[in-house]
Amino acid sequence: MSFLKSETARAWALASPLVLVLLAFLVLPIIWILVLSFWRATEFAMVPDFSFENYAYLFGSTVTWQVFLSTFRYALITWVLTLLIGFTVAYYLAFHIRSSTVQMALFLLCTVPFLTSNIIRMISWIPFLGRNGLANQALLSMGVIDQPLEWLLYSDFSVILAFVHLNTLFMITPIFNTMMRIDRSLIEAARDQGAGGWQILTNVIIPLSKPGIMIGTIFVLALVMGDFVTVRFMSGSQRSNVGRLISNDVGLLQYPSAAATSIVLLCTVLILIGLLMRFVNIRKEL
Amino acid sequence: MEPRPASFWWLTAFFVLFVVFLYGPTITIGILSFQGPEGGLTFPMRGVSTYWFHNLFEQQAVGDIWGSWRRSFILGLMVMVVTVVVSIMAGLAFRTRFRGSGVLFYLTMASLVIPSILITLGVGRLFDQTGLKIHWATSGFGSQLTWTLPFGLLVMFAVFNRFDKRYEEAARDQGASDWQTIRHVVLPIIAPSVIGVALFGFSLSYDEFARTQMTAGSYNTLPLEIFGMTTNVTKPVIFALGTLTTVFSFAVIGVFLATVWILRQRRLRQGSDAGRGV
Repeated sequence: MSFLKSETARAWALASPLVLVLLAFLVLPIIWILVLSFWRATEFAMVPDFSFENYAYLFGSTVTWQVFLSTFRYALITWVLTLLIGFTVAYYLAFHIRSSTVQMALFLLCTVPFLTSNIIRMISWIPFLGRNGLANQALLSMGVIDQPLEWLLYSDFSVILAFVHLNTLFMITPIFNTMMRIDRSLIEAARDQGAGGWQILTNVIIPLSKPGIMIGTIFVLALVMGDFVTVRFMSGSQRSNVGRLISNDVGLLQYPSAAATSIVLLCTVLILIGLLMRFVNIRKEL
Repeated sequence: MEPRPASFWWLTAFFVLFVVFLYGPTITIGILSFQGPEGGLTFPMRGVSTYWFHNLFEQQAVGDIWGSWRRSFILGLMVMVVTVVVSIMAGLAFRTRFRGSGVLFYLTMASLVIPSILITLGVGRLFDQTGLKIHWATSGFGSQLTWTLPFGLLVMFAVFNRFDKRYEEAARDQGASDWQTIRHVVLPIIAPSVIGVALFGFSLSYDEFARTQMTAGSYNTLPLEIFGMTTNVTKPVIFALGTLTTVFSFAVIGVFLATVWILRQRRLRQGSDAGRGV
């Protein structure tokens, strides 16, 4: 049995538990959604079918286009903000902190919230942003405004604030990781040639950090595009994105319609990521 | 040491602001959970009390906080153990570039970036329509693994890319079998990272909401319970619960970090000094 002794067979045997989990809880469910998206729904039941009714309805509705547009808008704004903040923080940690112990401690400080509850972290914005929240109280007492701002909570502002709050970490980590592997002698060489701090940043560090930026971008876009909780909670159900469109359908037991929207969302996200992947080889970057 | 440039101080200020942004809200609800019995969800504090914490331990009108906490804890442990074992095995597999490894790698990464709603909807429908019972320990458990395993594997990749293979060769030259090499050489070397994977597995499961939403069945996990509370509880009791579970998460992180630290100390004490004198 030379096959069983081969490297490939051994590797597949070791990877088999992973394969099983992914097949059962990733591949099969998605195939199931795909099948379901062609079913028809009557008022009381789902009817197996091969109909493009759900897709036709989806693409024919102006609501769909608006919701996709607003999903892209959330993703784009969140991406810009998390990139600016994440890059700055990673740059500070990687190039301005001299002791590696302090560096690791500060990096941990940035990552720990990732291991706490997102729901709680969203809830904790209420005392800040509410009508009687800290932000309004402070602005009122400073005389900047004379009545409380209504758009702080349950608005696009609070949705994006929460997205940035929850997801900046996904930018910091890969960018920091790439920056730590930049050969310091390159920076020294640039300095010897007379480059200033800004020139070193734009001509050496940013180009070499690109893989990290790409990985962070993939994470943030995927998480924001696929979200269905943050928008609901932070907008008080007043704003929508694709995820909410799907979960609303689920709430109405309109599974075939929810499935069709899910498949369109999946394709959108995968195409987006596929484009970004052309710029980076993830396996090499770990 | 050369003096700090001006940009250092600007960046330090920025970093401090970022940390305040990161932790400020959490600290705020920490303070507000000590509201007096008459207090509301925002400042001012109407007295200071532990009323809302006591309230948590009393019979709730809706829901089952402690039952959901127990379920989340057990589920976290289940996910942790499976994530550690499966990630190590897959990590070992990926050390050779076997046929199909590229596909499997991208499938695992897809599991990470795929919108969570597809997992929760797909697994929920699949279980429901094939007559399997939707339960947090079956469908919920599997859905969470699609989120924790890719992280575990990423850590394993990072570890094995930096792994010095000469340690294994040395063991094999001394006549160690495959299993002995893994058990006595590879595992001890990667132990700190394995603890990291365990921490990820537990914490990500314990706080997971999106992939568990339609896959937990009739019994809620804690995040689902908390989300349910946000729609019908308007009292600081929800802050008290948030504070408790955040403190618990920090404690878990502390325990894991301490374990890594103890491991390192032990290694420093007992490590061989071979080659040091050269």
